[in-house]
Amino acid sequence: MTTHTEIAAPRRAKWQLKLPLLIWFSIAWLALMLLIAVTGDLWQPYEYQAIDLHARLQPPVWLEGGSWSHIFGTDHLGRDVLSRLVTSIQVSLLVALVGTLIGAVMGTLIGLIAAHFRGWVDDLVMIAIDYQAAIPFMILALAVVAFFSNSLLLFILLMGIYGWERYARITRGLALSSIQHGYAVAVRTLGASPWRIYGRHILPNIANALIVNMTLNFPQTIMLETSLSFLGLGIQPPMTSLGNMVGFGRDYLLTAWWLASLPALVIFFTTLAFALLGDWVRDRLDPTSR
Amino acid sequence: MTPLYALQKITRALLTVLLIVSTVFIVLRLSGDPAIYVLGLDADPQALDAFRTRWGLDQPIFVQYLQFLSNCLQGDFGYSYFEERDAMEAVLERLPQTLLLMGVTGLFTVLIGIPAGVYAALHHNSWIDRMTMLVSVAGFSLPNFVLGIFLILLFSVTWQLLPTGGSGTWQHLVMPVLTMTVAEAAVFARFTRSAMLEVLHQPYMRTARAKGLRWHQAVRRHALPNAAIPLVTVVGFFVGTLIAGGVVTESVFAWPGLGRLLVTSVANRDLAVVQIIVMLIACSMVLTNLIVDLLYGWLDPRVGSLRTGN
Repeated sequence: MTTHTEIAAPRRAKWQLKLPLLIWFSIAWLALMLLIAVTGDLWQPYEYQAIDLHARLQPPVWLEGGSWSHIFGTDHLGRDVLSRLVTSIQVSLLVALVGTLIGAVMGTLIGLIAAHFRGWVDDLVMIAIDYQAAIPFMILALAVVAFFSNSLLLFILLMGIYGWERYARITRGLALSSIQHGYAVAVRTLGASPWRIYGRHILPNIANALIVNMTLNFPQTIMLETSLSFLGLGIQPPMTSLGNMVGFGRDYLLTAWWLASLPALVIFFTTLAFALLGDWVRDRLDPTSR
Repeated sequence: MTPLYALQKITRALLTVLLIVSTVFIVLRLSGDPAIYVLGLDADPQALDAFRTRWGLDQPIFVQYLQFLSNCLQGDFGYSYFEERDAMEAVLERLPQTLLLMGVTGLFTVLIGIPAGVYAALHHNSWIDRMTMLVSVAGFSLPNFVLGIFLILLFSVTWQLLPTGGSGTWQHLVMPVLTMTVAEAAVFARFTRSAMLEVLHQPYMRTARAKGLRWHQAVRRHALPNAAIPLVTVVGFFVGTLIAGGVVTESVFAWPGLGRLLVTSVANRDLAVVQIIVMLIACSMVLTNLIVDLLYGWLDPRVGSLRTGN
């Protein structure tokens, strides 16, 4: 055993030199969040909706009056904050993940279509991109929620639409320049179908920029989802999300600060970890965009 | 800047405005029968009919669309069923508060963000540079409502220095402005830094040094003006985030501005008000982007000359 650790130690030191300390923290935090999201039930001592009116607004265990039966305390209905936090993390991460994937696929496809057909299709896409970029997405989302009233499906779709224009713009620009490159011309001359050219040759070549955009888009989607839920216009009770918890906890800032602070801290650490990681990945994959 | 370039930009801006207004109309009509929202599902059919005739909802959709456009052009944007008055009136009443908040935030953002970015770039890779960038990343990954909640906990609950919400005195302004400035200044600092770094590595900077200018002279005369050009492009983005951030911030601190009105109107489904605010925001964004485009074309002639083909 001892020989093992002696051999392993210098290798690890090398790795640590490559990864800055903050990146380690970011990865550790995100891994923890992912673990909680995947193995949710194991962390939940209670059903997240279980109401216990005898144990309302109990403080966390480290404060006076707290107990181990509710580690992070309880809310105004006596619901266990830890259990709610776990479900909220699951919901917020899932919505952000699905939203990011929808946006990436949709945006990339639209960008490729614009680059392939050019002409009026391209013009139309460019106008749509400008149009989308002209309105802050949050305002658009609020308007859609106002007009169509809120449902989970609509909300996830909204999160998916968010950011499509950036994927489309990147894909279109890079695809247009890639088509001119020798390899694309060669494959085309050999008679490959457009599907093959784009799918097998151009997409892999521009994937780096798209991945960078995804790592930047993901925390923004979390921020948008939590903000809307905070305003009471996103995820609706009885479901819960991190933003939701902060929104309801706001009314108890004077008496029960942990209700809003704990989910707020989780949101901050998660978006910060993603932003740090995204920055780092971008510097790695795309040295031109500093 | 060629006139053709300006003309193209202006046409596109007008087209975008028309597109926005049309979308609002389509969405408005798709979303269901306003008569039922206002009077309820179990309303008297006669009352519903009367309501529809009163607001022109019984006309063919195309007529309604033209009517809608002409109303917009005449400054008639509908009636707020909840506030029970002209919707535009309700919106205009809130506008000054939002402009005040945005103005003060904008001022502090520029005063903090640009010097921080310039300083970081001039001391590239020093610990100050790294700290500035770290604070900047933290600043823009901190959602407005999270920062707002922490500020309230600190300044209102723990130290009891500032009011938790409302408006009127300068004390009310402190926390909302601080909340919004953190995120905005973070973005500004970052962008200024990368613009400065880009400029500092240009050959003309070496030339300026070679002809005998001192470092600070070269920076003042050659680096700063050139780095300011790309900064113009952030302004459009800046206005957008300011508006979106304002919606959340105003709600956190109960600031009686447009953002909070938008949120309450969305919750109440007061569609006329939502529609005006959305159009107002969209138009100001289009106008901002148009100004940015024109300004950019004027500052950088390479952009202003329209390339034909492609």
